[in-house]
Amino acid sequence: MKRPMLEIAGLFKAFGENAILNGINLKVPTGELVFVIGPSGSGKSTMLRCCNRLEEPTSGAILIEGTDICGLGVDINAMRRKVGMVFQSFNLYPHLNVRSNVSLALRKVLKLPRAEADERSMAALDLVGLAQRADFFPSQISGGQQQRVAIARALALEPKVMLFDEPTSALDPELVGSVLAVMRDLKASGMTMLVVSHEMGFAREAADRVIFMDGGVIVEEGAPEAVFGAPKHERTQAFLSRVRG
Amino acid sequence: MCGAKRMSPLERFLDTFLNPRVIGKYWPDILDGLIVTLELAIAVVVTGILVGLALACLRAVGIRAANIAIVCFADILRSLPPLVLILLIYFGFPNIGIVLSGPMVVYVVLSLVLAAFAEEIFWAGITSVDKGQWEAARSTGLGFAQTLGYVVLPQAVRLTLPPLANRAIAITKMTALGTVIGVPEILYQATTAQSFSGNASPLTLGALAYLALFLPFVVLARWLETRFAWRKA
Ligand SMILES: Nc1ncnc2c1ncn2[C@@H]1O[C@H](COP(=O)(O)OP(=O)(O)O)[C@@H](O)[C@H]1O
Ligand SMILES: [Mg+2]
Repeated sequence: MKRPMLEIAGLFKAFGENAILNGINLKVPTGELVFVIGPSGSGKSTMLRCCNRLEEPTSGAILIEGTDICGLGVDINAMRRKVGMVFQSFNLYPHLNVRSNVSLALRKVLKLPRAEADERSMAALDLVGLAQRADFFPSQISGGQQQRVAIARALALEPKVMLFDEPTSALDPELVGSVLAVMRDLKASGMTMLVVSHEMGFAREAADRVIFMDGGVIVEEGAPEAVFGAPKHERTQAFLSRVRG
Repeated sequence: MCGAKRMSPLERFLDTFLNPRVIGKYWPDILDGLIVTLELAIAVVVTGILVGLALACLRAVGIRAANIAIVCFADILRSLPPLVLILLIYFGFPNIGIVLSGPMVVYVVLSLVLAAFAEEIFWAGITSVDKGQWEAARSTGLGFAQTLGYVVLPQAVRLTLPPLANRAIAITKMTALGTVIGVPEILYQATTAQSFSGNASPLTLGALAYLALFLPFVVLARWLETRFAWRKA
């Protein structure tokens, strides 16, 4: 069996007395898309944020290509370059134009000269279909375009894994499609992806595996058809019937 | 001097505040004072803002003991009247073996007071930047200092410029307090000339010197307020 690109092993996370993650074990094989669903507050974001140490795990290990990123002596900034993250609220830098949003880390983290960084930024923007918006500021483009720039910003660093935390939840319905299209392309290009989302249609066509989380544990996992079509657990059934209305 | 002559109210006013002979004699002193005030003002603004910025950045690091010290510093210096500090240091410190010149005392005290206010203003700016900005930047591998410098401060500073400009003006005007410890700035020169001449015209000159010095900055601060009425994207 292939070594997983991302492995979460025995992950616990508590905020003070509040246990949020209670032993998560999850493998994301290279090139696969694992799709995470679950009720609000079940710890989906916290799990994702532990994967690039925006939150420090209370215990457990996060392995990228077999290396524990929480180990002693790990260069956290070098590690974070390998893990791209896309946020629900885009979080573009409002004072920088689109090109500079993408090139900032290339120049300051990878230390590329400006010309090279710009070239690579334009290539990343081209991948998300926004090269022609390079000189715009975030406030001048739509939410869907902002989210695609955020994806380009992460992609430009050539990460090994991409984490998506509800990337389309803040978008007007008519803008969701363009972001999902970019994610579909990314999957087709072989990117390893861990996606928290409510877009079940996207999961059915693009996900290799679906995870249902509740109360800080993985309750059920399987192929999309299995989890959506014939959920085994009562909690999964209840959740799915709720989101389907 | 010319008391014997009967003067109209207008003549009396002009003689009191704009006496050509007195002005002719004392304007070079006021000019000297203007230069001292200008030098002090520049030194105070540069030092105060840089120290304030450094303290706000240090506070962002989040070391508990350091933050307590910074907050105490800021609160104490914002509470005390600067004149009290000036007198305390000028007259008190020689007794513990630290002798500072008058201009140095004014420079140190006003710089620290401005630093205290500037720290609070910068800190308010830093905390007003969305947490998501930090997370986005850190997730691309930018370090703490890089995130602060390239992402957070540029956004924070836009919000802080107008209050900072107003505060810097308010505090540099307090260089006039130096007059009580003999710093030869504008007000000192003007009051000295006034007592020698027995005429208020040097004070008029002093007021004009302050206007020449500070009015441009007040206009600049007003312009900054409109320019950076900046909304978040
Ligand atoms: N920084 C934090 N401090 C304290 N509690 C937190 C923090 N972040 C998240 N939580 C709590 O953890 C729980 C799970 O949150 P989250 O991971 O965002 O869930 P989800 O993304 O599945 O909705 C929530 O109850 C939330 O209040
Ligand atoms: Mg969430």
